[in-house]
Amino acid sequence: MPYTILKKRELAQGTVVENVIQAPRIAAKAKPGQFVMLRANETGERIPLTMADSDPEKGTITLIYQVVGKTTAMLKNMEVGDSILDIAGPLGKPAHIGKVGTVVCVGGGTGIAVLHPITRAFKQAGNKTIAICGARCEDLLILEDAMEAASNECMICTDDGSCGYHGFGTDLLLQVLTRETVNLVVGIGPVPMMKAVCRLTREHGIKTLVSLNAIMVDGTGMCGCCRVTVGNQTRFACVDGPEFDGHLVDFDELSKRLAGYMTHEKESMERYKGECACKAQG
Amino acid sequence: MAKESVPRQKMPEQAASERRRNFKEVPLGYTPELAKLEASRCIQCKVPGCRKGCPVGIDIPGFIKQIAENNFAAGIAKLKETNALPAVCGRVCPQESQCEAQCIIGKKDEPVAIGRLERFLADWERSTGAVKLPQKAAPTGRRVGVVGSGPAGLTVAGDLILLGHEVTVFEAFHKPGGVLLYGIPEFRLPKEILFAEINYLERLGVKFECNTVVGKLVSLEELFAEGYDALFVAVGAGLPNFLGVPGENLIGVYSANEYLTRSNLMKAYLFPEYDTPIVRGKNVVVVGAGNVAMDSARTAMRLGADTVTIVYRRSREEMPARAEEIHHAEEEGIELKLLNNPVRFLGNEKGWLTGMECVRMELGEPDDSGRRRPVAIPDSKFQMPCDLAVIAVGAGANPLLTGSTPGLTLNKRGYIIAEPETGKTTMRGVWAGGDIVTGMATVIEAMGAGRRAATSMHKYLSLGW
Repeated sequence: MPYTILKKRELAQGTVVENVIQAPRIAAKAKPGQFVMLRANETGERIPLTMADSDPEKGTITLIYQVVGKTTAMLKNMEVGDSILDIAGPLGKPAHIGKVGTVVCVGGGTGIAVLHPITRAFKQAGNKTIAICGARCEDLLILEDAMEAASNECMICTDDGSCGYHGFGTDLLLQVLTRETVNLVVGIGPVPMMKAVCRLTREHGIKTLVSLNAIMVDGTGMCGCCRVTVGNQTRFACVDGPEFDGHLVDFDELSKRLAGYMTHEKESMERYKGECACKAQG
Repeated sequence: MAKESVPRQKMPEQAASERRRNFKEVPLGYTPELAKLEASRCIQCKVPGCRKGCPVGIDIPGFIKQIAENNFAAGIAKLKETNALPAVCGRVCPQESQCEAQCIIGKKDEPVAIGRLERFLADWERSTGAVKLPQKAAPTGRRVGVVGSGPAGLTVAGDLILLGHEVTVFEAFHKPGGVLLYGIPEFRLPKEILFAEINYLERLGVKFECNTVVGKLVSLEELFAEGYDALFVAVGAGLPNFLGVPGENLIGVYSANEYLTRSNLMKAYLFPEYDTPIVRGKNVVVVGAGNVAMDSARTAMRLGADTVTIVYRRSREEMPARAEEIHHAEEEGIELKLLNNPVRFLGNEKGWLTGMECVRMELGEPDDSGRRRPVAIPDSKFQMPCDLAVIAVGAGANPLLTGSTPGLTLNKRGYIIAEPETGKTTMRGVWAGGDIVTGMATVIEAMGAGRRAATSMHKYLSLGW
């Protein structure tokens, strides 16, 4: 069964793309917080993407990704009707959803796409959910309407003040923590953001869950590429996570490991841009 | 001229100085003349020891006789009666400790080169383009699911499809082959050969469903509900061991599984033609001394390393790799640093590996494995610079499938408990074999387990549990 793209929508000035993809078997099993491993074409890399949604009835999964490297650039160039060569999943442990009371869900950048189904699930489980969505500027903010619908209260912030509160998500989080009792915080976004959220909630003694986007190859615990240090122990993000207790995560190590192939990624991207330019001139 | 007087024929191979920088296959294979000459050394024992030494019981004197008589087509047919993957086995089996170890000629002279002859027939058939399909039994209407497409799974598929059952093989990766694909490098087993063997199974009617992570996408119970009558679980070991020393998460430290998967499955050695990157070390250390360590070291050399050093805490005698692999590695300029044990990895502020600290070892009293236990020599620490380290110290049981299948009973190390003679597990209708039962072992041992399970599964499908 081909993994056909059924819908395509560009978000955040085209820097982020949403694809609804036909994948009935995965959709039947997928839970919030789980990811798929994807390979766009025969020479492509396997990359993990956490699902933004799944619909077992329609047999579809939704992926929302920022265009950062060659694979995501190739995906962006695919149109409705095109098929992605390989998608394997659902992988990783689902997010732990339970009734805990008040849950604050802090999302940054494309992390909001991953946070959305988790926020919705916490609300459906009977929690008071407060969403905090942040981006560098208004143009880069995604899914604010969906997050509004998935939460009891939704707060927006931008680094430049072009939309909502002028400042960081942690500022808004601090306001909420000062104002009311919070039982759980979920933080998903760029590593520095998750690190900052965890620093704040540690001071307040509030349990915090994060979702780690480590580099992976197989996604099934076979290679150890995605190893992260959690509570001074090596864990595999693909099978032990991607969700972890944020207070135990070594974020500095994760940042360094994420940057490990930066030169390769640049080289691949430059080459791909060159190929695209050649075709366009054709 | 007495048969014993013909010496064991060498297989031509690429010179070490050339091959150490390319990924082409190292041995070039026998010519028909060399094969016939080597086949003439077999004395056709009435009770052949070699056959007993083969985990799948190939009629070895039978196929060798056909080579000696220039009947290559009859030879390959004989071989394929019991082995669906001769091109693979001829390359990666440890013949020296199996069939060839039992060869009577080997008592006084070197044994008949059974593996090279097996490889010759498979390559001959493929190169002539005359791969014949054997006759299949009438359809039984029974459906068999095989979880994992490594050597054990492919053997079960090949055996049961010939017996008339419908067979579907599930693979988690995007291509079938398991460890033969992601683990064994191109220069030891060209992928084209593996694909030809898999294509042969497809032509026989075996279906392959890739991207199917059984245990996540679908459970064994659900497969039964979908109409499968029997299942064979052969998911491999697949959980890399690390050393557990400081600095192991520095960039540039890989498990052998990751390093080899990047290079073999994802073709990172062809970056940037292929998108998957790989760290190309100038000074490479490989920790461990098994076949996987040799494969990693030889891959690093081919990726342009200046130095590749195998670091092993025991001595040469205890090295688990095949003698031939060690020999090939040394010929290619790979150094062995024996009786040394890594104690930590050193890195820079960016998190990149820059060196490794080791301690020298000496051999003490024998341990549980019967091998002399390596003991650290006090005050013998030293550092060696390196920018790539590959940890090849074995693998454990991957819990992805077993952890979500309560019906399977596991041993305390997480491997599936299965009857050695049949592969039957504690779950009705489920068999298991290969590394997920035995722990890391050889390709042919996994195939042997597959063969025994297929026999038992066929009995079940015909007669009941």
